[in-house]
Amino acid sequence: MDSLLKLDNCTIRFGGLTAVASLSMEVRKRELVGLIGPNGAGKTTVFNMVTGVYRPTEGDVLLAGERLNGLKPYAITGKGIARTFQNIRLFNSLTVFDNVRAAFNLHLKHGPRHALLRGKAFLKEESDIESRTIELLKIFNLDRLSESMCKSLPYGDQRRLEIVRALATQPKLLLLDEPAAGMTPTEKSNLMRLIEFVQETFDISVLLVEHDMRVVMGICKRIYVLDHGVRIAEGAPGEIRRHPKVIEAYLGEEPGEGVRGEK
Amino acid sequence: MSRGPLSLIVALFVCLAVSLFGENFIASNFAYYYDILITIGINVILATSLNLVNGYTGQFSLGHAGFMAIGAYASGSWSNNIDPIIFGYLGGSTSPLATNVCLFVSVLFAGVLAAIAGFAVGVPSLRLKGDYLAIVTLGFGEIIRVAILNTDFLGASRGLSVVGSYTNLFWTYGSVVLCIYVVLSLVHSTYGRGFLTVRDDEVAAEAMGINTTKYKVSAFVVGSFFAGIAGALYAHFKAFITPEGFNFFRSVDVVVIVILGGMGSTVGVTVAAVLLTILPEALRALAHTQFVPPAYQGLLENRLILYSLLLIILMLTRPQGLFGDRFASKRRFIRSRGD
Amino acid sequence: MDRLLEALQQLINGVSLGSIYALIALGYTMVYGVLRFINFAHGDIYMLGAYSGYLLAPLFARFFKFGQFDTFTPENTLFILSGAGLIMILSMAICAVIGVLVERIAYRPLRDRPRLNVLITAIGVSLFLQNMTQYRLGADPKAFPQLIPIQVVEGLGTMTVLTSQLAIIIATIILLIMLRLIVMKTKIGLAMRALSLNPTACSIMGVNNDVVISFTFALGSALAAAAGILVSMDSPSINPLMGNLPGIKAFVAAVLGGIGNIPGAALGGLIIGILETLVIAIGFPQWRDGIAFAVLIVILLFKPTGILGRIEREKV
Repeated sequence: MDSLLKLDNCTIRFGGLTAVASLSMEVRKRELVGLIGPNGAGKTTVFNMVTGVYRPTEGDVLLAGERLNGLKPYAITGKGIARTFQNIRLFNSLTVFDNVRAAFNLHLKHGPRHALLRGKAFLKEESDIESRTIELLKIFNLDRLSESMCKSLPYGDQRRLEIVRALATQPKLLLLDEPAAGMTPTEKSNLMRLIEFVQETFDISVLLVEHDMRVVMGICKRIYVLDHGVRIAEGAPGEIRRHPKVIEAYLGEEPGEGVRGEK
Repeated sequence: MSRGPLSLIVALFVCLAVSLFGENFIASNFAYYYDILITIGINVILATSLNLVNGYTGQFSLGHAGFMAIGAYASGSWSNNIDPIIFGYLGGSTSPLATNVCLFVSVLFAGVLAAIAGFAVGVPSLRLKGDYLAIVTLGFGEIIRVAILNTDFLGASRGLSVVGSYTNLFWTYGSVVLCIYVVLSLVHSTYGRGFLTVRDDEVAAEAMGINTTKYKVSAFVVGSFFAGIAGALYAHFKAFITPEGFNFFRSVDVVVIVILGGMGSTVGVTVAAVLLTILPEALRALAHTQFVPPAYQGLLENRLILYSLLLIILMLTRPQGLFGDRFASKRRFIRSRGD
Repeated sequence: MDRLLEALQQLINGVSLGSIYALIALGYTMVYGVLRFINFAHGDIYMLGAYSGYLLAPLFARFFKFGQFDTFTPENTLFILSGAGLIMILSMAICAVIGVLVERIAYRPLRDRPRLNVLITAIGVSLFLQNMTQYRLGADPKAFPQLIPIQVVEGLGTMTVLTSQLAIIIATIILLIMLRLIVMKTKIGLAMRALSLNPTACSIMGVNNDVVISFTFALGSALAAAAGILVSMDSPSINPLMGNLPGIKAFVAAVLGGIGNIPGAALGGLIIGILETLVIAIGFPQWRDGIAFAVLIVILLFKPTGILGRIEREKV
């Protein structure tokens, strides 16, 4: 399998604090990879580094061999990485429909000039985007809510809407930051099926940061474990479960979020 | 031709017709109301253009008067120097053709110069957010004013007399129509949803591949362009301008209109511009009737007391303004195609 | 030697101007510290301080013989200073009350609304205070009563330092020391510092945040009022719009020093005052109002945290 995302000895320091220490990892094409670790292990920092919110102090972030260091977040999204946020960040004054539509901006052929002139090509593209937005919303069963304000959606729907919005940028790699947070067990099971479905249907790679072991162990083929910014293990779910360093890192964590994921 | 541009052209023709057939009648019989009418037009341009920046894009600027000043002085000084040359070719200063051409050229020049200034100010300052951006734009507005105050060929503190008051209903309301059209058709497109995402959440917008800096600067440049046009129309309306006419309080006037109308609602802001232009005049008229004791006349005549109370009360009770802001974003573009 | 004296002279002019900015800047920075917003109306509290003095002085004029002394003498010095001091303390008290009321009426109901709403309200409050003053007392400049005799301080050779300048500098030093004591040595000062670090934790620990915020407004407003009185002693013409420019310059000073940082605000005020004096001294007096904005723009573009400020990162 070909490599898609590659982190090569990446380090991030904030002042004296090393949040991520010479981390190397890889996500291959069409792969569903998990990134786990106790609180404060640096998982979200890795996301922020990959998406350009932070710049790695040392090391390289590569997407299909191309260096991403120093690119602005929007440019990195343009290269094919989309993400969701740990604390949902939807566009609160927009409808569900417009939240997704706005994300089509990236591959837009028209610009301000066409918006002013409203020519045939412009109107054609707008109606294309409209039908593709509706199509996407339908897949996720959100089309009936397309005219609601996203603020008024239930929590689980907001999380799913964030995924839809990310998919609208047509990514090669989707980064999900704790998508199961705050969900009920049923919602979590649905989410797991949804993530697998998205990965297959859109034929993309997924990197999943998640606290809930049941979710990660259940769907990821390969898992990286971070602790204090250092990679302490890598392997299939079965290996990770038995890995002594992982067990050590998680000792003292709440039982509900234990390594075995037994609830 | 699609409905959008078509309605623009129709609206422009209406302005032209009103101007051709009604202008002289209104101006000579109702001079006071004619002045108010032109002032309303100028305020609508200022407010709807600032609304693109403060409302739709969420970048709170307090420096709109600065760009208006640039437009006013650019067009005034251009007209003083270039108009005589144009008159030479087009049949002298009494020919309607010549005066209209002169006005068009100087207004365009003013808009372009203000847009360039908007770009120069916007690129560095739009990296800042919220309160800081407000203060820095206020600072730039004041620097522009201080600079004019110290520039001799612009009349410095003495003010600048502008050749000919050519501003008429057609050019004023033509600009109003154009400004509203530009703002609405920009915002009501997939491209234009970008402005709103910048307002809602910059981090998320960037993560969706939206170049937030570009959007902010674009909004600022378009806003400044129309502020410049409003300034030019104002200069050719009053025929005399001073730096004090473009101080911080002028910016506040426009901000009050935008807030009252509802940030991000072009309809609301337009209505508010009309209301707030008429209101001080109405209150002034009321102050001199027998119903108002002399002691309270000053209170009614001071529009800033009214504006200040309006701002405070609005923020306490209805921060989304008269028309709220969902008005703009809830509409699907199926309908917006036509506007 | 002459050059040196000239420089020293400008420095003293700069420090006395900067002291005023520093006193106002402290109010901005303290309020920003506890509420994270720019109190746009703060410059107008400074104006109201001057007007309070203007209205209060006639009440005490007979007793303290305001305007009747031409010079300081060893016998009358204490008497004059206690008269001026009383006016200043009363004005500070009045403005402290106004500051607390403004916060209570206009800002507190908006505490969990977007910061922009509070900024807009603050602009409204500022316009209201200015225009109400204008409406009640007239737009024309008023002559501020002479609280202390203004004369050249003797024994400084060719330098001309006025007693009013000296009063500004000394009063500022005293006020800064008192502020330092309040913030560092009292319980409420500790609560202020705690609140600026983490409001939620602060209220969980049993601090009444509302009281602390009111106290902060009172403190900041009192300092601004003191600045208003001091400035009016030096240049005794006051008008309802006098707070605008010094207000904005003091805000620049607060940002320059690192907003939220108390010593930073004092330092920033001094720097702005000295820079402004310098611009006048080198022959560009008409640009004196531009320099503060230029400094602000440069600071925000290159070091938005100011000289002594700390970094606040947006959490993603």
